[in-house]
Amino acid sequence: MRALLALVRKEIVQVLRDRVMRIQIVLPPMVQLLLLAQVMTFEVKHTNLAVVDFDRSTASARLVEAFTSTGRFGVVLDTPSPARADDALLRRQAGAVLAIPEGFARDLRSGRAPTVQLVLNAEDGAAAGVVQGYAANVLAGFARAEAATSPPAMTQRFVRARPGVQVETRRLFNPTGAYRPSMALGLLASLVSIIGILLTSQNIAREREIGTLEQLNVTPLTRSTFLLGKMLPFWALGLLELALGLLIVRYGFGVAFVGSPLLVFAAAALYLPAVLGLGLLISTAAQTQQQAMFLTFFALVTMLFLGGIFTPVRSMPAWAQAVAACNPVQHFAETIRAVLLRGATAREVAGHLAATVAFGAVVLPLAVLRYRKTAD
Amino acid sequence: MSNAPAPSFDIPPGTAVWARDLTRTFGTFVAVDALSFDVAEGEVFGFLGANGAGKTTAMKMLTGLLAPSSGEALVAGINVAADPDAVKRRIGYMSQRFALYDDLTVRENVRFFGGLYNLPPAVVRERLDALLADLALERSADERVGRLPLGWKQRLAFGVALLHRPAVVFLDEPTGGVDPATRRQFWETIYATAQRGTTVFVTTHYMDEAEYCDRVSIMVDGRLAALGTPAELKARFGTDSMDGVFLRLARNG
Repeated sequence: MRALLALVRKEIVQVLRDRVMRIQIVLPPMVQLLLLAQVMTFEVKHTNLAVVDFDRSTASARLVEAFTSTGRFGVVLDTPSPARADDALLRRQAGAVLAIPEGFARDLRSGRAPTVQLVLNAEDGAAAGVVQGYAANVLAGFARAEAATSPPAMTQRFVRARPGVQVETRRLFNPTGAYRPSMALGLLASLVSIIGILLTSQNIAREREIGTLEQLNVTPLTRSTFLLGKMLPFWALGLLELALGLLIVRYGFGVAFVGSPLLVFAAAALYLPAVLGLGLLISTAAQTQQQAMFLTFFALVTMLFLGGIFTPVRSMPAWAQAVAACNPVQHFAETIRAVLLRGATAREVAGHLAATVAFGAVVLPLAVLRYRKTAD
Repeated sequence: MSNAPAPSFDIPPGTAVWARDLTRTFGTFVAVDALSFDVAEGEVFGFLGANGAGKTTAMKMLTGLLAPSSGEALVAGINVAADPDAVKRRIGYMSQRFALYDDLTVRENVRFFGGLYNLPPAVVRERLDALLADLALERSADERVGRLPLGWKQRLAFGVALLHRPAVVFLDEPTGGVDPATRRQFWETIYATAQRGTTVFVTTHYMDEAEYCDRVSIMVDGRLAALGTPAELKARFGTDSMDGVFLRLARNG
């Protein structure tokens, strides 16, 4: 017990005394959170549109207007030449080409379903899909508006081109479909993980490099006390980091928390031993800080990309989903989002918490077993 | 593990360190080859050899930092291979890097290591005061160790290695990099320690320091090439300095 206390006190003094360290553990993660949460979004704010209007009617003009009035599309080129429009697409002046065929207004009036063509630059498939979704919304809105202002018979068939049953989407818990709250919380989960795993793996590797680890190894300090003493301060630091991050998400981004922040802290308290344990395990395999950094980087990138923070786990191939199920980062990110955005209760996230605890229960004893006071 | 009965060896009473055929190999390289020697309680035992002769490897086996490939070693009556943690309670160790924390103060370092040895806070305070008085460091108690001159750092590291009053203290080239006057001062501290009954096991490659030891062993290529008092060794090799003894051995080895 005295040994554990001595170790914890020493770590805290060292972290607080080091000015660079003090800045390092607060500034970069919080700046990242502030910046990346703004940047990381699937929204496509603006698409440049090249219009090829062969109809030149008031109806076709209304359709173009329907696109631009959303603010998501802007006409950068209006040309009668499909070749020029294609050229604009290839030179990336336009992100999409809207071609309206001759007879569009006539078809609309006569009730024959008119066709328009939308050509998208799909280099980034996800972004193209998003733009396609916007365009479909615009077209559906246009059809409804035309139906409302024209004699019903005329536009009936146009409207029927859309499903007969109107699907109305209502986004539960997130009526505006905003990406930021979810992304910010996902980022916070990953930042807390990064700090935890990095600090533990680097800390022990550093002691090995400067020779103090050898000194500790000739004392009666037991392996589990040693690792516990290394873990506790960084555990507290992780919770502190989480508190700072939640303040930023709450007051910086104005995200209203539906569920209990206290539950999130309890979840983090259970989760952190898993990542800290992984950091400790890495440190038992690394001889230098550089090796520790390399291993940490490898583990982190894998865990973050398989963590469901940037892409949903559900859309991953089956094997990746199986890996993600063992990934504590994924469970923690899921918990923090479910609790704060959806108001999930402790019972609802218990499965996720059990998974992170299980991960810790494997990694920590492994780290203790692998740690060697006496070299073989 | 700590309760495992140590195999009984026929060891004379008053023996602090006892090694028989202690061997360590790394792959095909034999770093320490069948080392056998005894060190008596309260003795200053010099462990000499060129760089790479196997001194540090042997010392790491005796302190429980490295498992022996074969052979036996008992330190303070405890079998090192069988119960390294029990040995660690009875020994002190000061490495070539005298591993104190540069970013902690003198007081914090002493308190930290005192805690690791499970010493009550009152005892730590008392020994800290004594140590500071010994080193005339009272006014630097709250100074960071990294800012102390090298010589003081070494003597402080020695003091910290003795904090829990070990039966045997191992010093691995403790006086590297300091001037002869400071080295002399360090050796006076070593004498005082041995006087109090603590066995001092010290490696060095300074031959003048070998003269200060009660007995000296010289390692050449992993083997023990000579063992005796400085006077015996000088007489045996027909020379008037330890330098001469060392040169003869190195040339033949």
